[in-house]
Amino acid sequence: MAGVILRRLAGAVPVLLIVSLITFGMMRLIPGDPSSVIGGLSATPAQLAQIRADLGLDEPFFLQMLKWYTALAHGDLGRSILLGQDVVGATLQRLPVTLALSAYALVITVVFGLCSGVFAALRQNTVIDQLAMMFAMLGISVPNFFLGLLMIILFAVRLGWLPTGGYIAFTDDPVGWLRTSTMPAISLALLQVGLLARITRSTMLEVLRQDYIRTARAKGLPRRVVVMKHALANALIPITTVVGIIVSLLISGSVVTETLFSIPGMGQLLTQAVLNRDYPMVQGGLLLTTAFLVMINIAVDACYALLDPRVRYESP
Amino acid sequence: MNLPDAPSRPDAEADIQDVPIHRQHPAWMTLRRLFRHQLFLTGIGLFGIILAAAILAPIIAPVDPTKLAMRYKFRPPDGTFIFGTDNFGRSLWSRVIWGAQLSVVIGFSVVLLNAIFGTLIGALAGYFRSLDNGLMRVNDALMAFPAILLAIGVTAVLGPSTFNVILALAVVYIPRTARIVRSSVIVLREMEYVQAAVAAGAGHWRILRRHILPNAMAPLIVQLSFLFAYAVLSEATLSFLGLGAVPPTPTWGNIMAEGRQYMSEASWIITIPGIALMITVMGLNLLGDGLRDVLDPRLRIQQ
Amino acid sequence: MSLLEVRDLTTAFKTERGEVTAVEDISFDLDEGEILGIVGESGSGKSVTALTIMGLLPQPPARVVRGSVHFAGELLTGMSETRLERIRGAGISMVFQEPMTSLNPVLTIGEQIMETVRAHEAISVRDQRLRAIEMLDRVGIPSAVRRLGDYPHQMSGGQRQRVMIAMALACRPRLLIADEPTTALDVTIQAQVLDLLMDLRDELGMAIMIITHNMGVIAETADRVLVMYAGRIVEQAPVARLFDRPLHPYTRGLLDCVPTLEQDRNRLVAIPGSLPEPARRPAGCRFAPRCGHRIDACSAAIPPLVAVDASHASACIRTDILA
Ligand SMILES: Nc1ncnc2c1ncn2[C@@H]1O[C@H](COP(=O)(O)OP(=O)(O)OP(=O)(O)O)[C@@H](O)[C@H]1O
Ligand SMILES: [Mg+2]
Repeated sequence: MAGVILRRLAGAVPVLLIVSLITFGMMRLIPGDPSSVIGGLSATPAQLAQIRADLGLDEPFFLQMLKWYTALAHGDLGRSILLGQDVVGATLQRLPVTLALSAYALVITVVFGLCSGVFAALRQNTVIDQLAMMFAMLGISVPNFFLGLLMIILFAVRLGWLPTGGYIAFTDDPVGWLRTSTMPAISLALLQVGLLARITRSTMLEVLRQDYIRTARAKGLPRRVVVMKHALANALIPITTVVGIIVSLLISGSVVTETLFSIPGMGQLLTQAVLNRDYPMVQGGLLLTTAFLVMINIAVDACYALLDPRVRYESP
Repeated sequence: MNLPDAPSRPDAEADIQDVPIHRQHPAWMTLRRLFRHQLFLTGIGLFGIILAAAILAPIIAPVDPTKLAMRYKFRPPDGTFIFGTDNFGRSLWSRVIWGAQLSVVIGFSVVLLNAIFGTLIGALAGYFRSLDNGLMRVNDALMAFPAILLAIGVTAVLGPSTFNVILALAVVYIPRTARIVRSSVIVLREMEYVQAAVAAGAGHWRILRRHILPNAMAPLIVQLSFLFAYAVLSEATLSFLGLGAVPPTPTWGNIMAEGRQYMSEASWIITIPGIALMITVMGLNLLGDGLRDVLDPRLRIQQ
Repeated sequence: MSLLEVRDLTTAFKTERGEVTAVEDISFDLDEGEILGIVGESGSGKSVTALTIMGLLPQPPARVVRGSVHFAGELLTGMSETRLERIRGAGISMVFQEPMTSLNPVLTIGEQIMETVRAHEAISVRDQRLRAIEMLDRVGIPSAVRRLGDYPHQMSGGQRQRVMIAMALACRPRLLIADEPTTALDVTIQAQVLDLLMDLRDELGMAIMIITHNMGVIAETADRVLVMYAGRIVEQAPVARLFDRPLHPYTRGLLDCVPTLEQDRNRLVAIPGSLPEPARRPAGCRFAPRCGHRIDACSAAIPPLVAVDASHASACIRTDILA
């Protein structure tokens, strides 16, 4: 178990190294002079020089890299031009919002995706199955911002039940959080619900075909026990991996959801940063988010090992 | 974002038993099975509508999609303006049809780039063990980035334009395609007939071209049809965020973004391109499901 | 009244090419404590017969077309799933061919035995544990207490099959159906597992229905034998009688190429030709195309199973001439 985690942590090191190299290289790839892009057309030569100096762009490439990694080692990712705040601080301020929203969406995804997938598998080829799979297909085909817009039009504009956007932290007002987060979380979750339902169904069908399910039935176990204990315990193993991917998709998807619902999270911050050419923020935010996801995936692998004794007892 | 789910057709087994009996016409059999697959046909139908609109755009939507006509603004859909008009009085019909063309062009370009470079990288990594480690490390790092965030990062660097969106999406998805090709190649490399060809002294390129790649096609084709859907969806997302083709060029994403301000009085500006986008993505997803069922009935969840 | 009474049992499967009958008109009795062998080539319908008795075939695609199964006087065919669940594992148990895949990989073997007991008897967890230990001891798993917490992947194939047997017998069933219990095992382990089954029968006194395609296994274990071919019973006799004086040409073919326990084979190569698929069975006697004694009348109608004396029956129209 500990071996599994250690091995995955070791495997993550080169990935993170390359990730950081890519994010570092990205900003140096900006065609033309980034300072003029950042400063805009009206910038004076003095301002441009100032920007270049701030970003360290007038130094040799390898020196820049050395400085960047040294700063990185000290947890310093530079200052956001847009916010005038340091990148790590800004990220730490916004990340909880995105995480709360993603967690809400993840709960929706797991509850609805898992249930409808299991249910469809148990009723294979019936009307229930077909309906569930039609909804799943719809889910993976409706762009989340389109669903978000439709919900805003219906529930906020027409019916006025919920606000069109904005955000109230859970710690400030749980009911307000629910009112501001429910539509975003649903629109964010929809794709993943469809995805998880489809995968759960096919995994369950695969598992239900296995010999050990027949054994469980031959022992006279009630159907409920066969499904909920014997089948689900095995199906959850591959499903866990998928949930890891889903977390990544949720964080990714929150970019557009947060922009749509004016939620001050990481996604909105990054979009604003990109639109305003706030390169240090883009670079730092991308690196931190990716590193965070790599860690999440290691955690998922640990769950995987927890669920699967064959992995758990693997000799290191 | 490659999450194939396993086929669930109860007759998959029977299908496999069918094969030897009709061995003479495998291609024909595959086609026949495809055209008996209802979901596949539905997918073809839905995507066909969009494809036809894209190809016939100059004929069916002759009105310039960027032409302003303020006196017609906010006309709801009716006999004169099939899809109504937007805040500048532009014909939404023209804008959505030309948007379809752009979506199809971008989707197709991304698929093409993936087919070329994804296959190349995947085949190299899978076939030559010496290259595997290096290539896959970079590949894994690129896959570690959340897809849309990486696309946003790349467009941030390159600046918003149609061409840059294609590049960004290619950068995002090629590693995923390469991974799929690589895993097929690794399996095929160890097959007896390939080993026999190696023993017979066939060159690497010949083995790859003649013996390995043709057999790695099925999962690749399935992946590419889903990829087309993701590409169209991601393009719409980027342009909705203002990172795609620059207005006034109409894309479904930027039409919807502009329509946001008027959603209470002119909701059709949002719903019509949204539905078009949905039809495209669903059509391609159904098509991919059908291809997967028929081409790759044994495809299982593989991580 | 026998423990198990099967009459005219016929099971069909819905397939892409219409409904195919897998087994047809199967009738036999099985007495308390008796060991009945069922032998036949791969695909002859042995497993389908066993699974139909257990009610374990998924319906659809499977369908019991006609016939009945009585167990201890109770009619099993058409019985509700909940009532069947009470009989499975407690009245009739089953051991399968594949020990490697028949145990749940994510549950400990202790739990898998205990839950069987839990499903049928209202006893405390402590007693369930004791029963599991007792059963593991009985099937010859050393240091049973320690192995309760083991997962299937930590055991060898032979040990897993022992666990399967322990599980099947944990509730003292009156009938054990063993579907090729040794086919997947090494030769030495095969003999051990068969010996174990024999010993347990002597200790616990349950009846056993042992399915195999190996005449050697039949010779060593069974009291009485059913020979199946293409979904039908072609011969039925006490074991000594069958080896001594086989009547059906197919049985003779089987005995001519009897693989010893040491050279277990799936295909019985000495009979020319191969078993017809259920959908492509010939008219009349299904064995006729492969039979050296075939005459035109063989293809006219399916020969019924005819008793030559109280214990011996054969389904061949030429029995009198060939005997
Ligand atoms: N689910 C199913 N769908 C369709 N046909 C089936 C199904 N299960 C079994 N059959 C058919 O029923 C026939 C009998 O199969 P069965 O598994 O009983 O054979 P068997 O005698 O147990 O062979 P083996 O020695 O290989 O276990 C076979 O011809 C098979 O094709
Ligand atoms: Mg069998």
